[in-house]
Amino acid sequence: MAKITYITHENEKHTIEVQNGLTVMEGAVQNDIPGIDADCGGGMACATCHVYVKEDWFNKLPKKEDGEDDMLDMAFEPKTNSRLSCQIIVSDEIDGLEVNIPSKQA
Amino acid sequence: MNKTDALIIGAGPTGLFTAHQLKLIGLDCEIVDNLDKIGGQCIELYPDKPIYDIPAVPECTGEELTNNLISQLKPFNIKFHLSERVEEVKKEDANWLVKTSSGNTFLTPNVIIAGGVGSFEPRKFAPKECEQYENKSLFYSVKDKNIFKGKTVSIFGGGDSALDWAIELSKDCKINLIHRRDEFRGAQATVDKMHELVKSGKINLFTKYQMANAQGGQQLESIDIKHDNNEIKNLKSDYVLGFFGLIMQLGPIANWGLNLNKKTIEVDTEKFETNQKGIYAVGDICNYPGKLKLILSGFHEGALAARACFKLARPNEKYRFEFTTTSSNLLKRLGKKE
Repeated sequence: MAKITYITHENEKHTIEVQNGLTVMEGAVQNDIPGIDADCGGGMACATCHVYVKEDWFNKLPKKEDGEDDMLDMAFEPKTNSRLSCQIIVSDEIDGLEVNIPSKQA
Repeated sequence: MNKTDALIIGAGPTGLFTAHQLKLIGLDCEIVDNLDKIGGQCIELYPDKPIYDIPAVPECTGEELTNNLISQLKPFNIKFHLSERVEEVKKEDANWLVKTSSGNTFLTPNVIIAGGVGSFEPRKFAPKECEQYENKSLFYSVKDKNIFKGKTVSIFGGGDSALDWAIELSKDCKINLIHRRDEFRGAQATVDKMHELVKSGKINLFTKYQMANAQGGQQLESIDIKHDNNEIKNLKSDYVLGFFGLIMQLGPIANWGLNLNKKTIEVDTEKFETNQKGIYAVGDICNYPGKLKLILSGFHEGALAARACFKLARPNEKYRFEFTTTSSNLLKRLGKKE
């Protein structure tokens, strides 16, 4: 179990307890957090679950796997701290993670 | 005006198998798709990626699955309308009047939406200023490369489309190639070729930059690009090309009076009919309790929707369930029996 805070573009904070093993994307979709579309359902094929991860957390997360950066090329306004939330797996280690949701996904 | 028993929107695996089921039970159908090719997400998003959960097919790629579905449709003569988007669906007596982006019209009692997550549209630049130059100085695909001759063209993207066009147009244009990171995801040989052209001064390469602004009057004059470290560069540009792949947009489907749940359409699980009689939704775009976004679910949903279409297309006939192994009717339609 980890507490994840999703911060919308309008700066609304939603802090949610997400079960280990789910992805940060699934935590958002299952709890109706606005701004994470996840069109492809977690297949790393659409870049519509794009989030920005605060710098200190960005370096603590497991590194991006092959293909994630390729997909991030397609995201709306990617930055150096961009991640696809479907590729971040929830565990006790990421308790307290904060992610910012971009203004839109496409 | 095209008259048909059923119109399928979407030529992905679900749309293709639904067409098979319609033709098998003796109904006509036509298929419209916004993409320029058959196969939907399978062909657009993962043509080379293996799929492992199609029943009785241990492993196949998106492209192989599409080709197999196309060859399964061989006995039937099905008309495809590609590169056309359905814009309007309107009730006309007992039928639906359907209009596409190319001005084609269809009159049909049954519309089956097998639209995946909507239609594929190019991903666009973020800055608002870019919009006013769209289709004039700024494009997301190349229709006529001759307009760029002798001009300065700024190309954005890190995949094969961006690289291929940068290389091709560098023959007789001044090229700026801009990408958000140092790594390119194109084919290695293409990436190498691009780097050669950068060395010989044919392509100006700007990495870790993204589009920040576009300036000019009627015609585009220059663009601002912004580095990861916030430094801004101004590049004179006659034309801009953006290659960020495709995104799925629900598009006009949202305006057809259907019950929507986020980007999906609510259906019943008997006919896969929406809240509008004679409009069905199958595959990834439909939603019902327990819905799984799997290709195999789309096949099942299409088979049931096809039977529902029969009632509206042949109101005076009774549908009779038959097996392809034994029914001479079905074998005739499949071309296996005289």
